[in-house]
Amino acid sequence: MNSSDCDPVADALCRILGPTRVLTAPEELAVYAYDGTAALKQRPRIVARARTTQEVAAVLKVAREYRAAVVTRGSGTGLSGGSVPVPGAIVLCLVDMDRILEVDLRNLTMRVEAGVVTHQLYEAADAVGLFYPPDPGSMRISTIGGNVAENSGGLRGLKYGVTRDYVIGLEVVLADGTICWLGGKCVKDVAGYNLRDLFIGSEGTLGVITQVMLKLIPRPQARRTVLAVFPKMDAAAEAVSAIIAAKIIPCTLEFLDRRTIHCVEAFAHIGLPLDAEAVLLIETDGHPSAVADEIAQIEHICLAHAATSVKRAADAAEAAQLATARRSAFSALARLKPTTILEDATVPRSELANMIRFIAQTAEKFRLEVATFGHFGDGNLHPTFLTNERDTEEMHRVEAAMSEIFDYAISLGGTITGEHGVGLAKKRFLRRQLGDGSYELLKSIKRALDPEHLLNPGKIFD
Amino acid sequence: MLPESKPLQNLDYSVLQQCMHCGMCLPTCPTYAQTGRERHSPRGRIALMRAVADGELSLTNTFAEEMNYCLGCLACTTACPAGVDYTTLFEAARAQTEEERVLATPRRQALRWLTMRVLFTRPRLLRAVGRLLRLYQATGLQTFLRRARLTRLLPRRIRELELLTPQIRSNFSHQLIASIEQPHDGIVRHRVLVLTGCMQDLMFSEINRATVDVLIENGCEVHTPPVQYCCGSLHAHNGDRATATLLARRQLDSIDPAMFDAIISNAGGCGSHLRHYDVLLAHDPTYAARAREWSRKLRDIHEWLVAIGFRRPQLPVASGPREMVTYHESCHLCHGQRISRQPRDILRALPGMELRECAEASWCCGSAGVYNLVHPKTAGWLLERKVSHLRQTEATIVATANPGCHLQLANGLRQAGESTRVIHPIILLAQAYRSEKQPKPPQA
Repeated sequence: MNSSDCDPVADALCRILGPTRVLTAPEELAVYAYDGTAALKQRPRIVARARTTQEVAAVLKVAREYRAAVVTRGSGTGLSGGSVPVPGAIVLCLVDMDRILEVDLRNLTMRVEAGVVTHQLYEAADAVGLFYPPDPGSMRISTIGGNVAENSGGLRGLKYGVTRDYVIGLEVVLADGTICWLGGKCVKDVAGYNLRDLFIGSEGTLGVITQVMLKLIPRPQARRTVLAVFPKMDAAAEAVSAIIAAKIIPCTLEFLDRRTIHCVEAFAHIGLPLDAEAVLLIETDGHPSAVADEIAQIEHICLAHAATSVKRAADAAEAAQLATARRSAFSALARLKPTTILEDATVPRSELANMIRFIAQTAEKFRLEVATFGHFGDGNLHPTFLTNERDTEEMHRVEAAMSEIFDYAISLGGTITGEHGVGLAKKRFLRRQLGDGSYELLKSIKRALDPEHLLNPGKIFD
Repeated sequence: MLPESKPLQNLDYSVLQQCMHCGMCLPTCPTYAQTGRERHSPRGRIALMRAVADGELSLTNTFAEEMNYCLGCLACTTACPAGVDYTTLFEAARAQTEEERVLATPRRQALRWLTMRVLFTRPRLLRAVGRLLRLYQATGLQTFLRRARLTRLLPRRIRELELLTPQIRSNFSHQLIASIEQPHDGIVRHRVLVLTGCMQDLMFSEINRATVDVLIENGCEVHTPPVQYCCGSLHAHNGDRATATLLARRQLDSIDPAMFDAIISNAGGCGSHLRHYDVLLAHDPTYAARAREWSRKLRDIHEWLVAIGFRRPQLPVASGPREMVTYHESCHLCHGQRISRQPRDILRALPGMELRECAEASWCCGSAGVYNLVHPKTAGWLLERKVSHLRQTEATIVATANPGCHLQLANGLRQAGESTRVIHPIILLAQAYRSEKQPKPPQA
């Protein structure tokens, strides 16, 4: 601890964590003012780095004693402002809780601390022939605790689902410092309310997740990846519908529009076609013969829907390169404009083509530049407005456009956020989607678990 | 002189704004890996720079120390999908802390003045100092002082540094290389100029010789001016932009890039800076055009050889079993210049050798200019990590193309009791060409 030595909260935290784990210097606080969300910034009062669940509990007790808000944070890669501090907050940073505690080969589970980086646990599973499917774009740095708190999705959502589908147990610390285990290794377990699921996607507003028990599945024996190039967006959308209609569920069905293709290629140099209007990145996995059959069908369907080329990745390395390039899409778009406002409005798959057309029309109406990419297979789009946060007038137009896009998504039976969470960025739109009944229900759950509104206050709703 | 005040505030704001804090750089940053503290990450450092530029943070000691804790390895620039120009940001931040003398102490300023303003701006003086050091080493004085443990009389820090003093060569580049050398067959396909560097000249002049050898072997007429200025990379990376600019101008005064097809650098760190003379002198009306021409022609030796389709040697360097070689990427060659494939292409072309990849080949070894002198703890941690990865390859040769890495790895391997040799890829290629010309050894 370097300065503001007179802060009693900092003093109390120092007694628990030791002075090197309590950060109060302005140079330290300035770098915990943001997460991966554009245009949000708020310096915290203190950053506290806990190493154990007991320390987390003790920190929460101090926070309660001094009525200080607590914003839990992993690597800070969230995309809805979930870990952006609120004024006067203690940022509770869990990246030091980074141990893989158990890999249970008989039950196919893994127990990890909340600060373990997603890719590291993926690799630990892979090393023993198992598979942890959720692969958010930031998986090389995001922590599993953050993934659970946001219920992150990823490229494999279409076939394998999202983080929630692999969490079978959680250790959480409640607002009053109580430590609880929710769930466990049993495949079937109906004892009491399913509280575990309540905490998945709770965005740090109900408690602090300190340990996660994950369900793993056998690693697919084979994987094949194709890149299909389309001269028109509609053709790509129709190809996707046809693949699903043919009862094929690829594990990944991603698309990039023209602008995104250009930015990704400028970064990754992997030979993406710069004259294409859309590319689809499709991966199928499973038994080798099933994969061979599916990939042939997928290629056939793409060609039948006017794809100008369909190229198979030669090997696993090339397939990984394509997936990595796709994961860089959002950040790569920052090459065009300094501020990239990323959304993740999601609609039922059947409505994708309508949604894409509406996004293009809306961007035109508000004179905005938009790039769209995303998870075509599961209807989760990422329209990204390319703007400059210093251009206030344009930022207003972005807000207005977003609002219309959300309204339209809701009217199609969609959601304002498929995988990024509500956080600060989308809370204005939440009531519209949920309706009064369920919106108030959310708030009453919050009041029950965090009556003093100390855990990530002002996120999801006010 | 350029306007020198407040480089961060005067920076084109879009460079700062380019970082959208997605965090993709974090897993590739060695200092973040060491501490897990956001402040020690590229994203954190850029946030601090932006806070200074926005007037939200004053130029504190902590800020200056943070900018110096950064290795400047540029791994973040390779990882960054948004294309943030971290080099410019980092140099501006260091320049500002130096200009405002945030960390100034009389000793530090004197040392900086002596090295950056005196020694590394005067090539002849630098060579004279090299000669003295050579004398100290060759006369046996060094060995004597070390054996007699008289070096113990030195302060601890100096004593540690004394141990790291590299071997100075008996001949410097100009004594090994004629100022113009022609291909043996007299057919000139390309005309190039070879930059001999400072460290490379004093400690690895044989690498410069080998560079010329492989170039003439591949149809290049090679010009090597006997006296060359320091490229200024030392200065630019350490916050002395004025001298860096001055040295770039001198370089351009003494070498006209228009006369050559390529300007060749064989040191990763120098090349990375040399390539950016166009940026450094962009606003200099007298030199901007020439600097652009320079940057357009600047090539790393590996890059150039692969581009002109270098001749693959036919005979193994040594008889006997295949030798395992691994490649350690100099940060400023792979991240600074984006040259990663070409040195490997050359190593793979060597008969009798097998390239075996090393984990984290593109991670910094801790040398990072003078970083190993300034931050020995972090540098030592990185070196240990590097040596353990190198050991796992079981290679007998580590190829690397930057004098700083070369010294650091050689020290690390020696301290770890490994007999692995550190060699520049071009030395291996030159040896392979040479062994073709020698009569075949009798068959066993």
